[in-house]
Parts: sequence; structure tokens; C-alpha cells
Amino acid sequence: MRLELHRILVNKLAFGDETGVEGGVLTVNKKELLALISEDERLGKKLDVDLAMPGDSIRIVPVKDVIEPRWKIEGDGQVFPGMISDVETVGEGKTLVLSGAAVVTTGKIVRFQEGIIDMSGPGADYTPYSKTCNVVLLLEPSDPNMDKHDYETACRFAGLKTAAYLARCCAEAAGAGLKADRVEAFEHANIREAMGAHPGLPKVGYLYMLQTQGLLHDTYLYGVDVKKILPTVLSPLEVMDGAIVSGNCVSACDKNSSYVHQNNPVVADMLKRHGKDFNFVTCIVTNENVTLADKRRSSSFATKLAAMLGLDGIVITEEGFGNPDADLIMNCWKAERLGIKTALLTDEYAGQDGASQSLADSCVEGNACVTAGNANEVVVLPPMKKVLGFAEEANVIAGGWQGSLAPDGAITVELQAITGATSELGYTKLGAYTI
Amino acid sequence: MAYRIVHYINQFYAGIGGEEKADITPEIREGIVGPGAAFKAAFGADAEIVATVVCGDSYFASNMDKASAEIVEMIKPYKPDAFIAGPAFNAGRYGTACGGMCEAISKQLGVPVVSGMYPENPGVELYKKSAYIIETPDSAAGMRKAVPAMAKLLLKLLRGEPLGTPAAEGYIERGIRKNKFYDKLAAERCVEMFVAKMKGEPFETEYKMPVFDRVDPQPAVKDMKNAVVALVTSGGICPKGNPDHIEASSASKYGEYDITGVMDLTEEKYCTAHGGYDATYADRDADVVLPVDVLRDMEKEGVFKKLHNKFYTTVGNGTAVASAKRFGAEIADKLVADGVTAVILTST
Repeated sequence: MRLELHRILVNKLAFGDETGVEGGVLTVNKKELLALISEDERLGKKLDVDLAMPGDSIRIVPVKDVIEPRWKIEGDGQVFPGMISDVETVGEGKTLVLSGAAVVTTGKIVRFQEGIIDMSGPGADYTPYSKTCNVVLLLEPSDPNMDKHDYETACRFAGLKTAAYLARCCAEAAGAGLKADRVEAFEHANIREAMGAHPGLPKVGYLYMLQTQGLLHDTYLYGVDVKKILPTVLSPLEVMDGAIVSGNCVSACDKNSSYVHQNNPVVADMLKRHGKDFNFVTCIVTNENVTLADKRRSSSFATKLAAMLGLDGIVITEEGFGNPDADLIMNCWKAERLGIKTALLTDEYAGQDGASQSLADSCVEGNACVTAGNANEVVVLPPMKKVLGFAEEANVIAGGWQGSLAPDGAITVELQAITGATSELGYTKLGAYTI
Repeated sequence: MAYRIVHYINQFYAGIGGEEKADITPEIREGIVGPGAAFKAAFGADAEIVATVVCGDSYFASNMDKASAEIVEMIKPYKPDAFIAGPAFNAGRYGTACGGMCEAISKQLGVPVVSGMYPENPGVELYKKSAYIIETPDSAAGMRKAVPAMAKLLLKLLRGEPLGTPAAEGYIERGIRKNKFYDKLAAERCVEMFVAKMKGEPFETEYKMPVFDRVDPQPAVKDMKNAVVALVTSGGICPKGNPDHIEASSASKYGEYDITGVMDLTEEKYCTAHGGYDATYADRDADVVLPVDVLRDMEKEGVFKKLHNKFYTTVGNGTAVASAKRFGAEIADKLVADGVTAVILTST
């Protein structure tokens, strides 16, 4: 399997007559884009698109998802398979990436479970999406009483459609003359080749846990609701084409946005070290369902797959906190007891004072654990000149409280409320230590 | 200008006497007393002990709340910038008093506090989360080592200088997690640690797995017919509008609500405050989380004697264990006082 990412670097956004990219400027035809997303009858008439650039005095709230614009220009299938494209397998050929650009979806979807992105100031240090040029979709439901899950679906599709639209327009405008600023090639061997390759190096995998608690805590794999799957193997290259899509409305800090799935830094780092420090054989995706039987079944099945493939070790990443800590821990000790070494990536809920235990479950085998920080730590976000969305949501989102929003527009919240602040795919540099 | 420090010592270090004088009530004196001289030398011109509190160990131990409140009031007029207690070495009651005073001063006056103790002093376990406690030898022979370390740490705190690791600073690990930005992405740190573990090389985990309290389940209710049953939930069910503003996540409080005469939790009157799940169904019919309707039926059928007229509710979403423990203990006390004999706990 070979995938080339053709990256066009974007460092500025502008509205204009034709959607396309030139000289680092991504131009967006607002009217055309609005027409595209308003095709969905579930979305209302008051839709809007706005632009937010790094360094701007702009606060985006409440944020649902962030997606990177991509479009396949060669090879089977198309981006976000099973969602807005056909279900065919992706991960081969060439994919255009508008690097530095992102689509941000906003709306009062589930009251509590959306986040904040500040494009400048101290809040910007915590979110990776203050460094991207953001095309912000302000989405309202056509019926104010619409069920939240229908509204969520509409927002999810609007985001994916926009991401694909932006990259597709750029590809089509350039045609055969498309010239990327940077091309990265990735190769991934099939299991037979992988088993014979790199003798002497340990065979390793990546156990990729996806949030699937249901009731809007959902993730999709090729369009399939992941809570309904048994753990399965997946090439890391498929992830780059959007095989995994977030449908999550969980605390903003540690929901894995679609953007961070597309750019999974664990996959990137493991591919970089492949052939040097270890032989990276495969990803195994698994779910985080709510019942004990599901947790036991999925953890046994996922670790069994790792054992069947003869893996010596796996990196395990979690999504969310609390209930999924139990899945993380089961995956850890089951793998270790099968002789498969583990390293864990999670985040912490140690209380605002940092004095409580950080995880809801624990095992002695979890002796190699990296955390993306304590999500309960409180931060003050000074006022921004412009708010895209609804600032008052700060009082009700997870991580906020009544009074989080001060009259001058400053917001005092836990890091929990900041989109991607404690990414459990490890997309930030935040961590924690014990004093 | 020198920082203003208040120092706490017991009757022994004040030269008043030993065990026979341990019941003396607290008093405050201007300037230094006893080991204060050593601190004066260690602080130099940077800080000054403006007053010293002396209290008997037995008095403090027998009247902890009262003594600590009295002492806080004594200290307030001195407007201290920081507070130092002990060192207490391995003296148990003295250590507990030092820790208790550090906690009270830190909470009520919001100034830096430092003590010094031997790691096995019971004051360490009780108060290490509330104060920096410099590790000392087990007896007063270690005074010469303890005082400069305590003084140095206190000055760093006063100046807002970043602290090194507990080992580097010489204090006993408090078990408090602090965030910081590392040089590398968490993903890179994790894969790096993974490689070290695979190669059998040394590595240091970023988070040592916690050891949990295990609570044994209560035995089954023997006499169900005469049971008074209460409902308690972490699913956030509350009167419509969430009148007490229980947080959607990381709850700082719980609610107590009267359900006298309530047969069913309707959409008009109840909702959930919980931010960890799609509230559509709980808002539509809160009984799915807090089953008042079913319990009213069972009450009528005589399955048990009575449904308690109050329910207790909080949000168990990202809520610190310390808060949850406090809510649980308080709710349990109230239920016992009200004669409740069985509780149904619902979670989400």
C-alpha cells in the first residue's frame, strides 16, 4: 500500500469569486459554500461562514469538530468513505491536503459538549487549532426543537462536505497543473511481507481506541458506527484519507477531532520509527462501549488480534475519560498478560487542585504512561475582539460553570473546555508532573 | 523590603516545658522565639519573622478546629506574606498541628506555607496535599539541615520562582499534578517511552498508576418490607432549570430536592445537568435516570415501606474523586439522620 500526500501550504484565507488556492492564500466562494451546506434540510436558513486566522483576536465557541480539507486526486475511493463518499477502501494513490487550513463546525448542539478555540492570547497556546487558518461554519438547525442527534449528523456532514469541497475546488482549478508545495510518500507492507521484514526488530502495533459510548459519543469507521464493530485491523494509511470520522460531543479537550485522526501523530511517529526502532505491522481499531460485557469482549478481542499477529508490543491511545479509563486499563493488562508490552497515552482529571487521582481505573501493568495534562486545571481567557458563535455557552459547557463568562467577555474555565487541549492522540505538548 | 513571616512552634520549642505543659492555650509573641533564631539567620535580609505563635500540642490536638480558628485570628493583624511551621521532625502531635495550621493559613489567608517533618510523621500523610513539607531527619538533631531547606523553599515560593522536582527541592512529594508544556508532543513522548520499554532500557512513566480505595458492598437488605428507600444519583437529575447550577462537568456541589407527593418526573419540571451524555431522553423523562415513577408504584404495592421524600443528585462527569468522596460522606450522614435504611444509586 502506498499513499502520497500532496500538501499545498495555506497561510491565509480570503473570500472571493472562485474557491481555489494560490500563493498560500485559500480563497473561499462563500455563496457557493453556503449553497452546498444548505442543501441539507436539517440545517436552518441562518447559516454563515466566517474566517479566523492565527493571531486574530477571535474566539470560536461552541466548537463541535475540526476537519482538514483533503481530496483524493488519484487512487480508489474518496475522502471520508462511507460518510460523504462511497464505501470503497482508501489509503492508496494520491491525496491533496490543504495543510494549514481547517474547517471548524460550530453550533449549540449538545449544550455542554462543545469547546472553545481562541486564535490568540493564552488560550491559543492550549489548542492546536489556533495555528490553523479556520473556515468556520456557523450552523443552526432548521427546527429549533430538532432532536440533537439529527442536528449533530447535519453538522458532521456539513463539516465533511466543506472540507472535501475546499480541497476538490483547489484540485479542479489547478487540473493537471496541480503543484504541491511538499509531497510525502508513505508505504505500508501487507502482513506477509511485514512478518518477514526487519528481522531482529520487535513487531509492534497501535491499538487505536475510539470513543463509542453512544448518545452522541460516537465515532465512525467507513461510515459504520464503531460501537457496533468488533475490533479490526486497519492500515495507518487509511486513516490519512479520513476512514475515521468524529461524531463526538464529549468534553472538548480530549475528543479526537476528525482533523487529529487525519493527522494522527502517533501513527506519524510510528511510521517515522518503522524499520529503525521497530517493525510497525498494523493499527488495530477498537471501541469504548458502556457495558461491562462489551468492554470485556472488545478488550479480549483486540488483544487477541495483537497476539494472533505475533506483536511484541502495542501503543494504546484512549479517547475521553472516566468510563473509557476502564477500557484502557483492560486493554493494557490483557495485552501485558499475553506477553505484549504496552505504552499508554491518556489525559488526567485530577481536580482543579490536581490533588485527586487522575484516572478512574488502574493496573500495575500500566507502568509506561504518558499523559496530555490535567484537564481540570483552570485557565483565564481574556476577552477577544470578536466572538464567532455564542460566548454565553461558556457558562454551561463541560469545564465551565455559571459565571465562567465575565461581563467584560473574559472566560474562566477548566482546560476541559478548550478544543484539543489535552488531546489523547498526543497532538499537543502539554503534560503533567507531580509536585 | 523584607517579607513578613509568622512562625508556629509548640510549647517545647518555646522553652515552656515538655509533656506537662502540652495543654497551654495559644499565644502570639512579637519577633522570634526558639528555632526562630535559626530561621532569622537563614532568611538574612530577605525575610523577617514578625511574630511567633506558641501552642501546646495536646491543646491543639484536642481542640483542632477551635485552636486553628483562634490562631488564624491572632495572626491576621500581622499581615504575613508567608507562614512557616515547625520543623516537627518525628513528633506526631506537633506535626499534625503544624500541618493543620499550614492548611488553615493557606486556605484562609492565601499565603505560601512551609513545614518540615520526618516522612513517617502522621502529619505528612494528613497534610502533604495542603503544604510543602521539607523532609527532615527524625529528631531535633536535624535542625541545622532542616531550617535552611525550609527557608530556601519558602523564599522561592514568595518570589514565585519555578520549583524543581520534590527531590531537588527537598520536600516530600505532595501527590499534586501540575501541567506544563514539554518540548515534544505527547505522542512523541509516548512512542519514545514505548521504544525504551521494548528495548529494556530505563524509562520514567509520566503518571504512576493510582492505588484505589475499595469499598465493600453493603450486605443485602434483609427486611425489605420495612425499608425506607432513598434515591441518589450521579446522573445530574434536578428540577428544571438546574436552580443550584450544578456544573455539567467537574461538579463542585450536589443538590438535595424534595419529592414529597411527586409521583413522576415530568419534562415540565425536571431535567439533567449532566454534560457527559446526550440529554435528549433524560430531559424528556428524568425517571429513566432517577426512577421515581417505578418506586412510587412499588411503594404503593408495599414492596418497601416508604420512598424517602428527598433525593440527592450530582454530576459524575470529570468530577474529582476528592469532591465525590465529600459529597458521598455528607449525603450518607443526612440519609442516616433521616432514618433511611436502603439507597438506590443510579449512575449514567
